[in-house]
Formats: sequence, C-alpha cells, structure tokens
Amino acid sequence: MPDETKPNQATGPQQPAKPAETKPAEVKPAAPAAAKPPAATPAAAAKPPAAPPKPTGPVPEPWDSEMVSGFKRRFGSGIREASTYVGQKYMVVDASIVREVLQLLHHDEQFDYCVDVTAVHYPKRERQFDLVWILYSFPRNERIRVKTQLKDGEAAPSVAAIWPTADWLEREVFDMFGIGFEGHPGLKRILLPDGWKGHPLRKDYPILQQDTEWVKINLGIESGQ
Amino acid sequence: MTEATKSGFYEDISGDHKTFLDANELVLNMGPQHPSTHGVLRVILRLDGEKVLGTECIIGYLHRGVEKIAENRTYTMFNPYVDRMDYVAAVSNGLGYCLAVEKLLNVEAPPRAAYIRVILTELNRIASHQLWLGTHALDIGAMTPLFYTFRDREEILKIFEKYCGARLTTHAFRIGGCAYETYEGFEQEVKEFLKFFTPKIAEYEQLLTTNRIWVRRTRNVGLISGKDAIALGVTGPVLRASGVKWDIRKAQPYSMYDKFDFEIPTGENGDTYDRYLVRLAEMRQSIRIIDQAVNSIPEGPIMAKVPKVLKPPVGEVYVSIEAPKGELGYFIVSDGSTQPYRVRVRPPSFVNLQALDVMVRGQLVADVVAVIGTLDIVLGEVDR
Repeated sequence: MPDETKPNQATGPQQPAKPAETKPAEVKPAAPAAAKPPAATPAAAAKPPAAPPKPTGPVPEPWDSEMVSGFKRRFGSGIREASTYVGQKYMVVDASIVREVLQLLHHDEQFDYCVDVTAVHYPKRERQFDLVWILYSFPRNERIRVKTQLKDGEAAPSVAAIWPTADWLEREVFDMFGIGFEGHPGLKRILLPDGWKGHPLRKDYPILQQDTEWVKINLGIESGQ
Repeated sequence: MTEATKSGFYEDISGDHKTFLDANELVLNMGPQHPSTHGVLRVILRLDGEKVLGTECIIGYLHRGVEKIAENRTYTMFNPYVDRMDYVAAVSNGLGYCLAVEKLLNVEAPPRAAYIRVILTELNRIASHQLWLGTHALDIGAMTPLFYTFRDREEILKIFEKYCGARLTTHAFRIGGCAYETYEGFEQEVKEFLKFFTPKIAEYEQLLTTNRIWVRRTRNVGLISGKDAIALGVTGPVLRASGVKWDIRKAQPYSMYDKFDFEIPTGENGDTYDRYLVRLAEMRQSIRIIDQAVNSIPEGPIMAKVPKVLKPPVGEVYVSIEAPKGELGYFIVSDGSTQPYRVRVRPPSFVNLQALDVMVRGQLVADVVAVIGTLDIVLGEVDR
C-alpha cells in the first residue's frame, strides 16, 4: 500500500531537480570537488541550487483512523502526534502512558508482532532519546511505529512481557544507548562484553573511542585500533 | 496466550531443578569455536544427563559496530558495508538498504533495474538456502549434500562474478538502481542455470527427504508453534514452517514482486523437518520467479535520476524485505545531511536466534546442533 502513494510523491523531487540541472552551470567546477569528502558544509555552501529538495521533501500528514481517535479520546494530549510520513504511520506518545498504549495495541488492536525496538540519540534536546517500537499486525497487514521521548537516565517500560521478542531487542538498546527498561527479566549487555564502559551509539561517543582499560586487561594489547 | 508463553520463556534457568534420579546438573559450554555453531556463537547449556534444561546464548564476538559506522559515512559509502552482515546473502542486504534510502529520497528504481534486482536477489536466496542445506546436513551427519550444494552454488556465484566482479560481498546495487547493465548473455546464462538446477533439488531430496536417519534426526525436533513464533518475532522460513503463511514479498510487495506469480510454501508441525521442506520448496518458488523475470525483463534505463551527492530530506523510514533468513529491516533517520543520522538494522538472524532456548528445552544435546542449523543464522548478521 505505501508504494501506491509513491509515484505521486516521486514527481515532487524531480521537478526541483530540473532547475538544479540548469542552474549549477556557474558552480559546476566546485561541485565535483565537494562531492567526495563527507564535509557537508562546502557542498551546502557551493551549491545553493541543491537546497530546494529540502522544502519540497514530503511532510508528515495527519493520520486519522478509528484506532487513533480512540487513543486520543482515551489519553487526550498524551498522544502527542499521529502522522504518516511517506505512507508510514507513526505515533508519538508520552513516556508515562507508552506502556499502556503498547499493551492496548497488542491486546485490542491485534499488533501481535513486535518487529523492532530501537532508539535514536539527540544530545541537544532536553529529552535526549527517541525510543521507537516498530509493530506489525498479521491480521491487519499493517505496520506502525510508536515513539516516545526519554531523558538521559530515565527508564522505559519493558514490553518483554507483552512481546517476548523484545527481550533481546531491549538488551541491545540498553547496551548501545544505556537506556534502562523497567520490568525486563534480565537486563544486561548483549553485544559488548559485560565489563565494557560506555554506550557506543550515543552521539557523544566518537567512532574511535574504546574502553582502553578493558582492551588492556582482556586482550593484553595497548589499543584495539 | 501471552500469560502462558511468558512464563515459559522466562523460567529462571539458574534455579534448582529436579533432575532425573537426583543426578547432578551439568553446565556445559558450547562454542564459541565449535564447528556446528556456524561461526562464533557461544551457548551455555544446562543439562540433566542428555536433556537440555535451559540455554543461554552469548553473542557479540563479531560485533563491528556497523550502525555506528553508518553514522560516520555518507549514504553511498555505507552501501558496501551492509554486504558484510549476512555475507551469504549480500545481495539481499544491499537491496534492503537501497530500497530504504530510495524511500527516503522518494525515488524509485526503473523497471529494468527492479527486474535485475529480483533476478539476483532470488539467485542469492537459492545460494543462501544451498549453503544452509549443505552445512545443516553436515551437522547432522550427512556429508554428501555439502558437496552437491557447493557444486551447484558455484554456478550462481559465477553469474554474480560475471555481473559485478565479486562472488560473495557483491555490492551489486546502487541507491537508485543498479550500477551495471547485464553482461552479454546474462539472460541465457540464468536460463541455463535454471535448467541445470531444477533437477538438482530432486537430487537433494533423494538424499534426504526419505532418508531414515535424516527423518529421525529432524522430525519433532526443535518444535515451535505458530503462536510462539509470532510472539518471539521469528520470521522467514522458520515462521512459515510453523504454519504462518506470511512473506513480505506478498504481504507488502517491493521491487515489483507483485508482478510475479509464486506461492508461499508452509509447513504444519514447525519442526526441523518441516523447515527443511519449506526451504526446498522456496528454492523451487525462486526458480519460478527468476524464470518469469528473466523472460519478461523490460528494456530501459537502470538508474533513476539521483543526485551525485545524496541528501535525503529530513525524516525517518522503516523499510523491510524478505531476506532468505526472514525480515530484514532498515530504520534510517535523516537529518538532511549527506550522512545518515541513524541507521538501525533489524537483522532476522539475531531475532530468530532468540527462539533457540524455547526450541531446545527438554530436547537432547544432539538436537541443539540440529536446531542451530535449522535456524539458519549467520553470526555476522547477529553481531553486526
């Protein structure tokens, strides 16, 4: 279904692409040089015509359905947002009610398959973490995402009792982001070794960082790089 | 249903259990360097004699931080990295990633590119299942299937090599389409492969399907019900062997899969034997899809119009495909720059491996080997 909405939107970025083709004549020599390094600033500065795709990008549209209006009636402003973006539905929910919402989605709305639990780190925000549950319903053939925002150090409710598959997925989020899960049957690191310090997928953890102490003790070398 | 499954899943394996004749319970370490773990998987087994009381998987030995790497590369630069996750199905990994970024960019690969993608992805599915069959049979004690499947897989790898120069980590697709036009005689070679391979499946079947040892080692081993499989998020052939008729290629078609006529094979019992039959049937269905695709491949461009520097608009998408091992999903967050803000890979092997504990509890030690094999995990993808 989401694909059917695509052709209409696909024409969107193509139109701005045309002016982009004609205009860069004067900036062309700069463009290929800026294309290679990942440095975003020279590319953005050298090619003002490349900017148009941003505003023409698809925008989230309101998602109306019986289920959503039911939730809104029940939780009021606790449901912060219910939208679709490029045909994909998502709901932003207050952290205090997210466990209840997820339980309702499982018990009453037939979302019987928890596809994924993951997080995104925005260090500049007050509520630093986006926690995302991707759900799918076999009877409805529908995929949705539920999102909530968490402060650093704030624990999320565990859904491992609702969907057993969340066990390992939550452990991975804990391992990579340091988000705790209340009610998880055995929250510990899963991919990194138990004694490791730090949570690598946080934005303030640089890509070359490592737990040098752990590396020295366990691998007997100065550096793992 | 949740209450029942819940208590079953979270039974504390460290507590006291009544063992047979009050014999001592044995904790046995299996792996990480064990030939039947298909890589570096460590399983801690708690045993009562030969009976498994519980397991715990220790993973992460191959963790390379793929998701962190993605945040420090451009969209194009990250493309080859995804091949290194499930390295026996690199083409599928690439397809999922390209589709996800294309969704963010709001472009669609041209029809010809989509057809080439389908042909290569299905060939890769066959190759992945062949590798699975050979190693799984070897684990259980049948040596010959390994030689048969590797002999036939070679033909697929030759096609990959001719198409893109690589056999395993192919990097065959680019964001927006395919990098290469098919080589001269590509269609002919694919057709010849289909003709060559179709009778080979019967050959595998002849070796195993009615083989008494094979049947005794696999039937009623590693049982998982459809309900439990869904609750545990198990996907792919393992889910279908438990009787759930679900395949993303049919449920939410991508890359023109809705144009092809094929069936979703399912099993009934959800045991190791059914999973074997389902995967064999899937190979036959893949042949059907490739046959249709190669006979109706349209002419035209192979790349959509995408800018040289990819800067997807701000937004986030989740796109998933039916990889040979199950649902492979990419959750990508764009902040409007040339590098992804976050890439999350939803790996089928990782989630499927979680079901190991449920599947082997109460079974024999030797069955653990059979169940690890039947789950068809690739540790490169489990650990990422």
